Amino acid sequence: MSSTLVYSEREAVRLELLAGAREIARARQLSVAVALLGPGSAERAEVYFAHGAEQVFVAEDSMLGEQQTDACAQALAQIATQAEADLVLIGSTRRGRALAPRLAQKMEAGSVTEALGLAVHEGRLLVRRYSLGGNTVREVAITSPKAVIAVVPGTFEVAQADAKVDGAVVRVPMALTASRARVVEHKKKQVGAANIEQAERVVCIGRGVEKREDLQIIEALVKALEGELAGTRPLAYEFGWIPEDRMIGISGKAVRPQLYVAVGLSGQIQHAASIRGSKVILVINKDKSAPIFAMADYGIVGDLYEVVPRLTQALQRGP
Amino acid sequence: MHIAVCMKQVVDLEHIRIRPETREPVLEGLPVKFGGFDKNALEAAVRIKEADQTTKVTVVAAGSAKLKDTVKEALAMGADEAVLLIDAAFEGADSGGSARLLATAIQKLGDVDLVLLGEGSADEYSGEVPARLGELLGVPQVTCVRELEILQGGGIRVTQDLEDELEVVEVDLPAVVGVTSELNEPRLPSLTAILKAAKKPVQQWTAGDLGVTADMVGAGAAKVQTLSNRAPEQARKGLVYEDPEEGIVEVVKALRHEGVLKT
Repeated sequence: MSSTLVYSEREAVRLELLAGAREIARARQLSVAVALLGPGSAERAEVYFAHGAEQVFVAEDSMLGEQQTDACAQALAQIATQAEADLVLIGSTRRGRALAPRLAQKMEAGSVTEALGLAVHEGRLLVRRYSLGGNTVREVAITSPKAVIAVVPGTFEVAQADAKVDGAVVRVPMALTASRARVVEHKKKQVGAANIEQAERVVCIGRGVEKREDLQIIEALVKALEGELAGTRPLAYEFGWIPEDRMIGISGKAVRPQLYVAVGLSGQIQHAASIRGSKVILVINKDKSAPIFAMADYGIVGDLYEVVPRLTQALQRGP
Repeated sequence: MHIAVCMKQVVDLEHIRIRPETREPVLEGLPVKFGGFDKNALEAAVRIKEADQTTKVTVVAAGSAKLKDTVKEALAMGADEAVLLIDAAFEGADSGGSARLLATAIQKLGDVDLVLLGEGSADEYSGEVPARLGELLGVPQVTCVRELEILQGGGIRVTQDLEDELEVVEVDLPAVVGVTSELNEPRLPSLTAILKAAKKPVQQWTAGDLGVTADMVGAGAAKVQTLSNRAPEQARKGLVYEDPEEGIVEVVKALRHEGVLKT
């Protein structure tokens, strides 16, 4: 019997994927298993049974203490064999995006990274992801017997922990080749106060903001909205005006707030893909031909130095 | 040291139009170029060469016949030579096929110590090729690399840019490294560099040269089949006010009505 196997280096993502895997498994009448890697990882096994996993496979080899891609791929390939998994779901984090294809290559499986959604239709696994720099959504079918799909975190909602599965913890003895990559240092990133991926309202600024001091005007709007400040790559990386964990775009983060306000940014295509999940998009830009207006629910053509303070006042006045 | 830089020729995304009736992209006749991250990879290789003249930099790229033109920029940026993989048998490859094709070419080059490439391609950004290439070549792979340093006595030290931390990793060579745009600022080649590039050796390898078939690296090997590729349905309202005065009043009203403001 084949199964669906779930893995991410993050517990929250594992639980999301488990919920997604259960939906898919229902359509295919298959079992769902979770893989846990690293010393001490078996301690958390019960959590997954409560969330409906039928089996938890554990590899506690000390070589899996650091999340080196080649070691993790070896371990997961061995677990997938033991679990008889024909579908492996991995969290499409930066580590996961590197791990999934390497595992797929070992398993001779078709793979997709950055998957936005998956479904089983007439026995085939269908996957959606952005393509052409975020301009389009590509739908693909996996034609090989096995598949490894890296799914964007947040795609599935964590299910209630009400399953009463009397599951089994399976310890898998590992035969690992030592990685020729060694982690020598971990450096914490400069972390801002909030997580823009979870924020309900996000104000994102671009090159239209001329000086660092002008951030005050924007911060007043952010405060009036009770939202979070974000920026495009030049502001975070080139100018260093905002921390990199508030950077939106292809090498930064994707957001999906209730309200997304784009101020003084033109909206390169990669930016568009990163904000597509927003419920309402408001654009403020003095150039009415800026591409970002094509994504707007509401737009104001005007100088941000005039529009933003007045918008802030209007919001502060209340209804 | 011999560095192979894998580069992908992609359509210029700035020029893509969407057909409104079908929501399909119009790709015919668009200009092509190498992706941005690919140029960061090449720039890194050229800088290593500038610090150590014994280093050789070879560009390896698969694609259409337009590559013969596209590759000139890479040679002008400082690559020593190029290997172009052009053959109808390579068409219709998925990322597994592309990785196998590149791996075969790199093995044919024989003495490659370091494979550098963009962390993801400009068009699909799947990041699959670096990972699959690492596995196929049986070497470690590090991706999301924003700092790269050659260590005395061999090996490299790289900094991996993860979501909430930077991880510094020392890697024995040979290795595959996928780089991000934070690594460097790719140079714009000078006129003399462009003129000199015309004399640099460019080889063209076909399926026969590599001993591969479409069933190994092309459409026949693909495990992922595209069913459709369309722009998402645009459900945005598109209410744009050219009079800011009116715009502010109407927008605040609308945002309250939408229920997206803090209550």
